[in-house]
Amino acid sequence: MDDALLDKLEILADAAKYDASCASSGAKRRTGGPDGIGSTTGAGICHAYTPDGRCVSLLKILLTNYCLFDCAYCINRRSSNVRRARFSVDEVVRLTLGFYKRNCIEGLFLSSGIIRSPDYTMEQLMLVARTLRRDHGFAGYIHLKTIPEASPWLIEQAGLWADRLSINLELASDRSLKEFAPEKDGTAIKAVMGQVGERILEAKEEKRRFSPAGQSTQMIVGADASTDLSVLETSDTLYRRYGLRRVYYSAFSPIPEASSALPAKPPPLQRENRLYQADWLLRYYGFTVEEIAAGGEGGMLDLGIDPKLAWALKNRERFPVDVNSADREMLLRVPGLGARAVDKIVEARRHTTLRLEDVARLSSGLKRARAFLIAADHHPGGLTDRADLRQRLVAPPKQLSLF
Amino acid sequence: MYRVDLKDGADLDGFRRALRGLVALGADPGEVVWSVGAAPSLFGDDAPLPADAPPVSLPRPVGALIESVVCHRDPERYALLHRLVWRVLRGERDMLDHHADPLVHRLALLDKAVRRDLHKMHAFLRFREVRDPDGAERYVAWFEPDHFIVEATAPFFVERFESLVWTILTPVGSLQWDRRSLTVGPAAVKPEGLDRDDRFAEGWQRYYESTFNPARVNPAAMRAEMPRKYWANLPEAAAIPGMIRSAPARVQAMIEAEAATPRRRNPDKAVAAMARQEPATLAELNRIILAADPLVPGATQAVPGEGPVGAAIAIVGEQPGDQEDLEGRPFVGPAGQLLTRALEEAGIERSAAYLTNAVKHFKFVARGKRRLHQSPTAGEVKHYRWWLMKELGFVRPRLVVTLGATAALALTGRSVSVLRERGPMGFGDWNGFVTVHPSYLLRLPAGETAEQAYRDFVADLRRAREMVGEPPDA
Ligand code: SF4
Repeated sequence: MDDALLDKLEILADAAKYDASCASSGAKRRTGGPDGIGSTTGAGICHAYTPDGRCVSLLKILLTNYCLFDCAYCINRRSSNVRRARFSVDEVVRLTLGFYKRNCIEGLFLSSGIIRSPDYTMEQLMLVARTLRRDHGFAGYIHLKTIPEASPWLIEQAGLWADRLSINLELASDRSLKEFAPEKDGTAIKAVMGQVGERILEAKEEKRRFSPAGQSTQMIVGADASTDLSVLETSDTLYRRYGLRRVYYSAFSPIPEASSALPAKPPPLQRENRLYQADWLLRYYGFTVEEIAAGGEGGMLDLGIDPKLAWALKNRERFPVDVNSADREMLLRVPGLGARAVDKIVEARRHTTLRLEDVARLSSGLKRARAFLIAADHHPGGLTDRADLRQRLVAPPKQLSLF
Repeated sequence: MYRVDLKDGADLDGFRRALRGLVALGADPGEVVWSVGAAPSLFGDDAPLPADAPPVSLPRPVGALIESVVCHRDPERYALLHRLVWRVLRGERDMLDHHADPLVHRLALLDKAVRRDLHKMHAFLRFREVRDPDGAERYVAWFEPDHFIVEATAPFFVERFESLVWTILTPVGSLQWDRRSLTVGPAAVKPEGLDRDDRFAEGWQRYYESTFNPARVNPAAMRAEMPRKYWANLPEAAAIPGMIRSAPARVQAMIEAEAATPRRRNPDKAVAAMARQEPATLAELNRIILAADPLVPGATQAVPGEGPVGAAIAIVGEQPGDQEDLEGRPFVGPAGQLLTRALEEAGIERSAAYLTNAVKHFKFVARGKRRLHQSPTAGEVKHYRWWLMKELGFVRPRLVVTLGATAALALTGRSVSVLRERGPMGFGDWNGFVTVHPSYLLRLPAGETAEQAYRDFVADLRRAREMVGEPPDA
C-alpha cells in the first residue's frame, strides 16, 4: 500500500463515516473454503470501537466523494470544498482483502458519490462486489449502497453479489427531500425499495441468493423540521411495506463545509438514541407508533426518559403486573425488562414461583421494573401511582466526563 | 473422599473421564476435591476412580454448557459442573430452564464470560503479515484471552482463513494452520517486531482515525465494548487518547466555520449530461445486455433479440437454448427451426418479425456432456423484465406474440395457462397474443395429436398476422 493510496483511504473513509449503518448481520453461514477467503457467521462481529462508541465492523468507504448531486446535508455535495479522491475498483478490492486477512473487518460497506451518471456509478459499485466474489472467492460480508437513480437492471445485478443492499431515504418527508436534495426523488427511492423488497422475497422462496441479509435505509434526524412521530410513521411504513431489515437514524451532525441551508445547531444526540429505542419497541415489543408517540409531547419523544418508561408513566392504570401470571405481551411492556429477560421469566416461572431476588438474577433492569411489578414477596403498593415516580427513576444527570 | 487431578487449562477430556467415574460410584459432590495442575496427591487415602466407567447421558444443553464452562479460569468450575450433573441425574433434567436457581445462574455467568471472551478474541485478534524468505504469504497474531479458550476459537479462524498460512500465539497456548491441518501448541511469549513492514497495519490505523466522528465523542460506550485490557494488542488503539483530546477543538472549528461558498463553479454541463444515461437505441441496450453477467446460473453469453426496429410483430420466447447459447442468436435450435417453418406457413416472413426471449441467458444443469434446459423461476423472469420492456419500447411492434408460459408471465406479470387462455390478450401498453412454445410441440409424441397441435400453432400465428392487418394469403 503506497502513500497515495493511504491518503485516498483517509479521505474516502472520512467521507463515508456519516452513514450510520455498519452492521454485518443477517447473512447466512458461508465459508470461502480452501480456494476462497472468509466466512459469515450470521451475527456479525465488531472488530473495534472508535471513541464515538461506534462499532467498526465493515470497511466503510466511498468509491469516490466527487458528486454531481447537491444534497444540502451532505459533506460530499458538489458545492462543498472538501478534498476529493477516487478509488479504482481494483484498489477497493485490494484494501478489502488486505484488511480482511488481518482480521480487521467482516467485509465491505461501499457507497459512492455520483460521478458521470447514476448508472455508471452503480455499475462501478457492482463491479467491486463482483470482482471480490467471482475473482477472489470472497465469502465475507458485502453491503452495497444502491443508487436509486440508476437503471433497475443494475440493481438486479448488485443483489446477486451483495449480502445487503441499502437505499438511504435520508429525510422522512418528500417535501424536505425536495428542499434539501433537489436531485433526489422520494417516489423513485420508494420504487427501488419496492423492487428490492420484492426480489428478496422471491429469491427466498425460490432458494436463490439475492441480497440475503435484506435491505436497510437511513434517515437523518434534525436537519429538517420532521417530528419524531413522522419519522417513526415513515419507518413503520418502510418495515411493513418493503420488508426492511433495519432503519438507521443518524442525528444530523455538524460537518465541515456545512451548507447555509441547514440549521446551525445539531439536534441532541439523545434524540437519535430515543428513536432507536422507539424503533425496537415497534419491532420487538408490540407497540404501535401512536402508543410510542403518546409517551411524549407534540409528536416528539421525551428526551429525559426512554420511550417505554414514558409510555408506562402515562398508562399507570395498567400496572403493577404480576411476574408470575402476566402474559408475555404485558411483561414486555414493563420498563426495565428486556425481551430476553421476559423469555427467561416465562420459562423459569414454570419451575418455581418467582420472588424479587429471582427476577434480579434474570434481568439487570430491576431497579426500574420494581415499581411496576408484583412478585411472590413484593408489591409496589402506592409506588406505582406516586407523583414523583419519574424523578425517583431517573438518575440525576451526571456531568459528562471525557476520560 | 475422592480427589480428582486435572490438567491446567480447559481439561475437558479429564473432566469427562472423572465425571464418568464419579457417577459410576455415585459420589456426592460434597465428597470430591478437584485439583488443577497440581502434582498428584502423595497421600494414599483417596479412593481411586474406576478407569472404564460407562459414558453419562446428559441433555444436550447440559453437555454444551460443560464444554463452555470448563474453559473458564474459575478454579471452582469443575465442582460446580459436578453439582449440576448430580442434580440433573437425580431428576432435575430441565433444571437449566430454571434460570433463577443460584447454581444455574452462577454457571450461566461463567458460560457468558467464556462466550464473551471467545467473541472478543474473534473480534480483536489482529494478524500481521510476515514474509517468509521464499516470499510466501504468512500471518502471525498475538492475543491474550481471559480464559482457556484458544482451542475453542480454532474452528472460527480455520473456517475464515482456511486458504492462508497462520499462527496464533497466546500465553495459554498456540495454534498453527498450514492450509491443511491444525497444530495445537504450548503457551507462547509475545514476539517482537510484528508491526514492522506491514503497511496494511498502518493503513488500518489511518482508517480507524478517519472513520471516527469527533462530534459524537463517547469514550464510555467505546470502553464498555472494548475495555482497556485489549488495547495493548490493538495497533489502532494507540491513537485513541489523541483522538479524544483533539475532538472538542475539531468540532468547535466546524461550528465556527462560516457556511462555505463553493470555490468551484457548478459543473452544469456534467449535471445536465447525467440525466442522459438511458440507452438511446436498441443497439446501446444490447451492448448493456451483452456486457452483463447472467442473472441465472450457467450461460456462455447473453442472447439479444433479432429483427428490425419497427417490426409489426414481436415474438417473445422463454430463454435461449443450448444452441442459441453457443451461437449467440435467438431461435436457431430445433424449436427455432420449427418456429421458422410455422411462420412461413402462416405467411409471416421471419426476417420481418422481431424475435427475442423473456430471459436473455440459457439456464441449465449439466448432466455429463449434456446441458439440460431449466425453466427460469418467476423471480428470475422479473430480473430480466426491465430489459424486455425497454427492448419492446425501441421496437414498437403493433402486436406482441408470447410463446409459452414464461413469456406470458413476463408480459402479464401473472401465471397464464397457455392452452386455456391462448389468443388475443392485452399486455398493458401492448396488444398481445398468447400461444404455445414450439418446444412444447417438439415434446409431444409423434402422431395425430402432435399434428393437430402444430396446425393450431400455425393457425394462431396466422391470426396474429391478420391482427396487424397483413392481408391474408391468396
Ligand atoms: S448524492 Fe447527495 S447524499 Fe449522495 S454523495 Fe452526493 S451529495 Fe451526498
